[in-house]
Amino acid sequence: MRLSLLLRDLAVAAAALVVLMVLPTIFPGPALRDFIIYVTAFGLLAMSLNLLTGYTGLVSFGHAAYFGAGAYAFGLLMQSGAVSIPAAFVLSVGFAAFMALIIGAICVRLKEIYFAFLTLAFQMMFHSVILTWVSLTGGDQGLMGGIPRPAFWGIDLRSGDTFYIFCVLVFLVCLVILRQITESPFGYTLRMIRDNPQRAVFLGVNVYRAKLTAFVLAGSISSVGGILMALFASGAYPEFAYWTKSGEAIFMIMLGGTQVFLGPLLGAVVLQGLNHFVTIYTEHHGLVLGIIILVAVLGLRRGIADFAYDYFAGRRAASLARAEPPPAAAREVPASRAATAPEGGQT
Amino acid sequence: MDLAALAGCLSSPACAITQLSTGLIIGMLLFLVASGLSLIFGVLGVINFAHGAFYMLGAYFAYTGYLASGNFLVAMLCGALGMAVFGALFERLFISKIYGRDILMQLLLCYAFVLILDDMVKIIWGAGYKNMGMPQAFTMPPVFVFGGPIPVYYMFLIGVAITVGGALWFVIARTRFGKTVRAAAINPQMVSALGINTPLLFATVFGIGSLLAGLAGALAAPVRTLTPGMGLSILIESFIVTVIGGMGSIVGAFVAALIIGLTRTLGSIGFPLFVDGVMFVMMALVLILKPSGLFGKEV
Repeated sequence: MRLSLLLRDLAVAAAALVVLMVLPTIFPGPALRDFIIYVTAFGLLAMSLNLLTGYTGLVSFGHAAYFGAGAYAFGLLMQSGAVSIPAAFVLSVGFAAFMALIIGAICVRLKEIYFAFLTLAFQMMFHSVILTWVSLTGGDQGLMGGIPRPAFWGIDLRSGDTFYIFCVLVFLVCLVILRQITESPFGYTLRMIRDNPQRAVFLGVNVYRAKLTAFVLAGSISSVGGILMALFASGAYPEFAYWTKSGEAIFMIMLGGTQVFLGPLLGAVVLQGLNHFVTIYTEHHGLVLGIIILVAVLGLRRGIADFAYDYFAGRRAASLARAEPPPAAAREVPASRAATAPEGGQT
Repeated sequence: MDLAALAGCLSSPACAITQLSTGLIIGMLLFLVASGLSLIFGVLGVINFAHGAFYMLGAYFAYTGYLASGNFLVAMLCGALGMAVFGALFERLFISKIYGRDILMQLLLCYAFVLILDDMVKIIWGAGYKNMGMPQAFTMPPVFVFGGPIPVYYMFLIGVAITVGGALWFVIARTRFGKTVRAAAINPQMVSALGINTPLLFATVFGIGSLLAGLAGALAAPVRTLTPGMGLSILIESFIVTVIGGMGSIVGAFVAALIIGLTRTLGSIGFPLFVDGVMFVMMALVLILKPSGLFGKEV
């Protein structure tokens, strides 16, 4: 059962890889490729945040701290010239995970809005350290001087095509890992903590440890997004760790949907896509973007993917009810979905 | 870090008074914005992410009012009442449509408005910096206190903020309307069942909260530079103030706003790069040691 799920996800990921590798040959030129790289970086930020928000019910307002931590750690390690890209990659994720462990250990004790505010406070402290420690981080100028990309294992990331495939591959691996987490027994424990923490405690779940584990996992995957971004921008900037980045991540998952696995990715694509392409046509992209979000929020009243999921679930239930008059079957499908908050997954 | 410069400033009365009075007016503006934010959150449960944008809009309304009339009182009324109407409409037309949904949807809606309002300001007033200048009524020599100069306008601003804050406290804590508001915050269904028009009440509360942001913007207009996006930093500082003071506490917001205002001005001499850091350290300490804030009640 678990193995077949893994195989299915791997198959989907492989298909996605093929599509993403073919796309640049259909639409040549760097614009699309750069856009997809952007989406892989911010998609990981949003997808990992949703492990906390959508699955565990923890609204972190400081999630970009680990994005920034990954970017800075990776940039500094590569500039030192002492380590290869894979080693720097692992060390940077480790650094971000350690930071998430320390901060999470303090934050996950608090409930709801206090948790959100405390994660925000820690992120801004981290941001202030970046600004203040000019000799190490370059202060508000960011990490200057570029990030070298020495070849490793016969892979040379200085080539644009290779770098693109590298980003897509790392991104897909992270998504498969996230998917395995959310569909594992641990993932269902997180959903239980979200829906009914008291019940989880009664059943013997160590809620604190489960939340902290989710926090560290989410922070680590967020840092991978930061690493991709640092490689792409060939630098790390304080804005990576500024609170508005965390805000954007929240807006991405809310726009895309929190209850369908790929919802946050959809939000990232839509938000980044609008940002990228509306700016080409008008200088008032804030106005256009704002109105689009406004219409989506008031029209759907939930994320786009959640809306689509509910819509199709409703239709399936309706057609089931038509085809099969016995009331038992008709009652079961829609009622159970309406009563409990939709618990994501089926994409 | 330049703590010697800070000590040097504090030992000279002229510098100390200048810094303290600047800290006070920053604190007073923050107090007005944060108490509006906290009122809206306390009663409606809405985190008004657009509150900073309301502050900005209040400043621009006042700017236009002043240019048209040349009278600062008119400018203040434009900023405050304009935003009160705007806020009430915003609650009725948009926010009220998604009550009962995920609270984060409200955040997304407010974010849409931040984007829209910032761009609207750019379209109407231009993207550049605007300076309203000191209103004529206040162009007089500063008053000297302990050998340090304090502009007359600063005193006016502090006076208005304290008066309005006091009035707000009185209305919420001592009047029948305030009692209804506090009851609606706890159990809106019951209040509604008792025959009170809760939609109107909610719109009024949102209007009052927005009025405070608009008033703060109007008061800031003569002493601050007007720019699209000026609401962003005051928004985040209002969150700090609300957390430190305790959500829903007007007295707490006042004390916390003074602390943050003084930290900002004194810190800009002593540790210019780490001012934000210090403010967020304070916020984190309060959340860890007493999550409900200095003056807040346990929830």
